[in-house]
Amino acid sequence: MEVELENLSKRWGSVVGADSINLDIRDGEFVAFLGPSGCGKTTTLLMVAGIYKPTEGFVRFDGRIVNQVAPKDRNVGMVFQSYALYPHMTVFQNISYPLKLKKIPKEEMQKHTQQVADMMGIGHLMDRKPAQLSGGQQQRVALGRALVKEPALLLFDEPLSNLDARLRLSMRSEIKRLQMEMGITSIYVTHDQVEAMTMADRIAVMKEGHLQAYATPDVLYDRPRTLFIAGFVGNPPMNFVDVEVVRENGDYHARRGGFDVVVPPERGEKVVGKGQVILGVRPEDITIADTGLPGEIYVVEPLGRDDLIDVRIGAAGVHVLADPELGLKIGDTVQLNFNAHKVQFFDPQTEMSLLWAN
Amino acid sequence: MATTTFETERGYGVRRVLRQAIPYVLLIISILPIVVGYAWVIIATFSHRTQGLLPVDGEGNFGGFTLQNWTFLRDPEIWRVTLNTFGIAAGMVVGVGFVSTLAGYALSRMNFAGRKGFLGLTLALHAFRPEMLLIAIFFVLLFIKNNIPLIGKWFGFNTVGGVALVMISLDLPLGMWLMKGFFDNVTWDMERSALIDGASRFRVWWEIILPQIKPGIAALAIFNFISGWNAFLIPYTFTIGAKVSNLPVYLNRFSEDTSMVAWNQVAAVGLFSLIPVMIFFVFTQEALLNIYGGGAKGGV
Repeated sequence: MEVELENLSKRWGSVVGADSINLDIRDGEFVAFLGPSGCGKTTTLLMVAGIYKPTEGFVRFDGRIVNQVAPKDRNVGMVFQSYALYPHMTVFQNISYPLKLKKIPKEEMQKHTQQVADMMGIGHLMDRKPAQLSGGQQQRVALGRALVKEPALLLFDEPLSNLDARLRLSMRSEIKRLQMEMGITSIYVTHDQVEAMTMADRIAVMKEGHLQAYATPDVLYDRPRTLFIAGFVGNPPMNFVDVEVVRENGDYHARRGGFDVVVPPERGEKVVGKGQVILGVRPEDITIADTGLPGEIYVVEPLGRDDLIDVRIGAAGVHVLADPELGLKIGDTVQLNFNAHKVQFFDPQTEMSLLWAN
Repeated sequence: MATTTFETERGYGVRRVLRQAIPYVLLIISILPIVVGYAWVIIATFSHRTQGLLPVDGEGNFGGFTLQNWTFLRDPEIWRVTLNTFGIAAGMVVGVGFVSTLAGYALSRMNFAGRKGFLGLTLALHAFRPEMLLIAIFFVLLFIKNNIPLIGKWFGFNTVGGVALVMISLDLPLGMWLMKGFFDNVTWDMERSALIDGASRFRVWWEIILPQIKPGIAALAIFNFISGWNAFLIPYTFTIGAKVSNLPVYLNRFSEDTSMVAWNQVAAVGLFSLIPVMIFFVFTQEALLNIYGGGAKGGV
């Protein structure tokens, strides 16, 4: 099913939940709504589900405006962060509830429910109550209940937030695989950018009710349109340094006391002479080398595979990913090399990218 | 283990026993007057007279057991009165339960004009003692009896229905507030989930939300049954004669008589009126303790 949101807004008095959201979702696409808590992603999702009535704008399913259509007639399935299982019902009753409401004949209901439960790997738990299940099993019941009526649109509201890290990883790939196999159009709300990056075909980044960007994970990562996106997407987050870009002997230099990085011309020419700008560079795009910009190590955080190192260059500080084999210690002086083809520039006032804004 | 004293094993053991025993001793002492009271009631109902807790006969010797105090059971009036009492109690359970679960849901979940004012007003109205309203209610019941056909016959002045109606309306504010509190504790997610699963709003209320607050409904039912069963002031004021009287009013008549009060008989009637409450409590207690858990981690 194709979904289209047009100028979609939700306000409660002066409180803005979502403000003029415009986006379209293709049939079978997996879209993530990404943003910090309170950014309006769940509000938008609930408008798609039909729980909230939009204050303004339209929700279209396959071109048809569904603003006034009740949730039960929208043919959507939803998985909640709290799972929202019905505690007084068994697993079987939980999963089969949507079918019961559809008045599907008992035999068919039984067969279909068993099928879905087996697919989710909980076929042997049919007689249990939710309280007798582990968190992961509850999650599967919730997923099974959303899938059982074969919805045209699947909605996920932070479904993995309550699972432990390991289970989250396996459920992540499981949901992704299920969605691909069944080809159901899906919207996945999350505040975890790793989840969004790994699962989604396209990501809608939201902040304070506004849609900041709507693009594929690659584009968000390599060509962030705003300072917020640059800082939110990617882990560890992007470094930001206030610099001024000047042209000297045909080279573009991004400078600030003690900090000096040569920028390739195609990026440099867009920001030269603009006064103070914000330079953004990801920790993995900085390497420790024999020659380069000198800095002093302030903190070393071992992450296992890498060490995350906080290096001070004059008054500026940047995070760098380094090989633990180097055995770097606090107080050491290191030389840094910047991958200048990956640096970003942002306007400090508008917080828009100076490279990709248009 | 860091013991700083040089106590013998035995001394230490005695102390521990004492420490465990003291709370029990204190509790037993404090509950003793009540236990003695009940013991007296039970003993008194089966004896001519009592001296302290001892049943005695006419000469003051131990003995004098009798079933004479229970002869009121042969009087058809008592059964009529019991039925009336049951009617008031059941009416309150059903009436307050039905309205409170519906109103509580609306107050907890729906947004409508005047919701806040209504909540505040009901709470304020609950502060009024029923005694203050007796005269006004009398006129209301009289009006119902004289002016509204059919309903007036069952719910007007001097009817069991009328008494139940008054009791229900006086207990509704508390019931609605109580139920609203219970509904507030059910997550929105569960309701949203059911709506998306395809249920209507009414079905969500009935099939998904109500089962979650069963303990609350049971608590309200017990509360209302007991207060309906023990109701005195309202039935005493708005009924005339045994036909529509209830047990507490019936009991009161024993001590109102000009002749000597037959306390042993009062005790028997009192004990008799306790039995249904006890039975009701035994059955609903389990529902009270049967609180569902799990299935909803975190969430809104």
